[in-house]
Amino acid sequence: MYRYILKRLLMLIPVLLGVAFLIFAIMDVAAGDPVYSVAGADATPEQIEALREKMGLNGSLIERYIRYIGNLLKGDLGTSYISKLDVMKVYLQRLPNTLKLATLTMIVAVGMAIPLGITAAVHQNSIRDTTSMVLALIGLSMPNFWLGLLLILFFSLKLGWFPTGGSEGFRSIVLPAITVGTSLAALLTRTTRSSMLDVLRQDYLRTARAKGVSERNVIQKHALRNALIPIITIFGVQFSNVLGGSVLAETVFAWPGVGRLVVDAIDQRDIPTVTGALVMTTMLVTIVNLLVDLVYAFVDPRIKAQYTK
Amino acid sequence: MTNQEANDLILDIKNLKVRYETQDGIVRAVNGIDLTLRKKRTLGLVGETGAGKTTTALAIMRLVPDPPGIVECDKLEISGQDILSLPENKLEHVRGNDISMIFQDPMTALNPVFTVGDQIAESLEIHEHLSSKDAKERAGDMLELVGIPRERANEYPHQFSGGMKQRVVIAIALACNPQLLLADEPTTALDVTIQAQVLELMNELKEKYDTSMIMITHDLGCVAEVCDEVAVMYAGRIVEEGTLEDVFNRTLHPYTEGLFNSLPNIKDRKAKLKPIKGLMPDPTNLPVGCSFAPRCNYVSDACLKAQPQLRSISQTHRVACTAYDNPEFHIERRIL
Ligand SMILES: Nc1ncnc2c1ncn2[C@@H]1O[C@H](COP(=O)(O)OP(=O)(O)O)[C@@H](O)[C@H]1O
Ligand code: SF4
Ligand SMILES: [Mg+2]
Repeated sequence: MYRYILKRLLMLIPVLLGVAFLIFAIMDVAAGDPVYSVAGADATPEQIEALREKMGLNGSLIERYIRYIGNLLKGDLGTSYISKLDVMKVYLQRLPNTLKLATLTMIVAVGMAIPLGITAAVHQNSIRDTTSMVLALIGLSMPNFWLGLLLILFFSLKLGWFPTGGSEGFRSIVLPAITVGTSLAALLTRTTRSSMLDVLRQDYLRTARAKGVSERNVIQKHALRNALIPIITIFGVQFSNVLGGSVLAETVFAWPGVGRLVVDAIDQRDIPTVTGALVMTTMLVTIVNLLVDLVYAFVDPRIKAQYTK
Repeated sequence: MTNQEANDLILDIKNLKVRYETQDGIVRAVNGIDLTLRKKRTLGLVGETGAGKTTTALAIMRLVPDPPGIVECDKLEISGQDILSLPENKLEHVRGNDISMIFQDPMTALNPVFTVGDQIAESLEIHEHLSSKDAKERAGDMLELVGIPRERANEYPHQFSGGMKQRVVIAIALACNPQLLLADEPTTALDVTIQAQVLELMNELKEKYDTSMIMITHDLGCVAEVCDEVAVMYAGRIVEEGTLEDVFNRTLHPYTEGLFNSLPNIKDRKAKLKPIKGLMPDPTNLPVGCSFAPRCNYVSDACLKAQPQLRSISQTHRVACTAYDNPEFHIERRIL
């Protein structure tokens, strides 16, 4: 198992280098030559060349990429064209906000999806099943910003329980987490339901019942554990997505996360910030993927056996 | 029945009926059967696939899936305890403790994500309230009992062969030393050599623990090896029952005869196999008269009019066949 983890960690290096190169190349092509806009219209060619050197934009794409990776290894993502601040610093400032929101979002999503999905599967084709599935459908089709506004209207403006936005600690992330969590819960509920339906037909549950295991444990222990793999897969994808920042929720609730950092930076053609934030997000996502794979092994011994082979 | 015999009664079923209400119609799987079993005895429940054997066993466990299954029964007692009226939480104490079941297919009967040790230990934790450490220890003992080294307790089902898995399933079923063991075709899914080993093991364990057993099978060889009594089932009814000698040496029912005739003859290897012609009737649409009539060599008009009832031919031997209205009637197969 440790050898597998080590192998996977080593495999991360070429993946990250490749993805970083892609981001780097795309930004280079899409953004054009930023030197002119920074230097201003009446700069002399000499001034422009000097500026290019200062901004680290001299040399071919490959040369600049290698330089960028070298700096990255030292933890340096360059400085923002706009604010002139250190990109790494700005990213790390935003990251905890995004992590907090992402974590609570996933807790909300899982907290709704697993019980709903299990209930739907166990009472297949009953009123409880239909209700859960209609709820999931509503969650899936309701636009994020709209749910967000509804929640603000009711819980912030009317009841005054939560702030309408900003970053006043835990109370500020409750509404955005519910907003994003609800929309994620929809797919997660359907995944839980269909995976549970598959497992509920299995013979080993009958063996468990014949042993005298209570119906509750048959479902929560014997069945759920076997149904987890597809659920974890969807969870991993969704968690990766919210780690990139939930742009809409961050906008509606004025939450200073990574998502808005990137979107604002794109607006302002702030290439170092965009590239830096994307590279860092990629890194996080690959680590999450690795963790998901490890959780698979933990949940299902047959997968673990494949890893150790 | 004497008092002593009544006290010895492990299983007492009266008029068990099970139907499955499916979209394609009502499957009448079990149609009014009576079964009794005394202490330390083994009953062979024999019949073709679809006869209703598994459903009968599930009904005894109160594990018929609902929906689509609906069970009706006048009496279902295990050692004098009424199982019919027990609520679900009380049934959990009975299952795995008083009655255990070994299922047909060992490949799918074990939970793939738990170690075999944990799966054996689970019943001990539930019924004997052992700590998880003690239960693990006992699970190791159980593994050794069925011929698997205890060190393998920490392995998962996918690391075992089919025969080994069936041994684990047997260990689970016997962990709490049940009074009644329902073995549903425990050897069907296994290789012939492994079959013999598993049967021998079950015989040994049954003797050792004084367990009563219902051995469900369509293999008459297996019946001869382990059973004291035999009940032959056809289309959800018992058509002949008696002691092993009754049914094997003084066969009465044409269906039972057909089962014997379809066995390879050991004495005369050149003799042709004579499988019973035709198929079992559609369980969603059973005939009014004898369900075996379309396949029976002795059929007469009387057979088609009413369902034949079980009648006693001797103290222990009963048959459900209209032909025996005629005292002269006998089937071709005579005492071997
Ligand atoms: N869950 C179920 N739903 C519908 N029909 C079933 C179900 N289980 C069994 N049956 C039907 O009931 C009849 C008896 O089946 P079963 O008890 O499994 O017989 P056996 O074990 O003797 O092969 C068969 O016709 C079978 O198709
Ligand atoms: S009742 Fe008639 S049809 Fe049925 S088994 Fe007896 S002889 Fe054959
Ligand atoms: Mg069966």
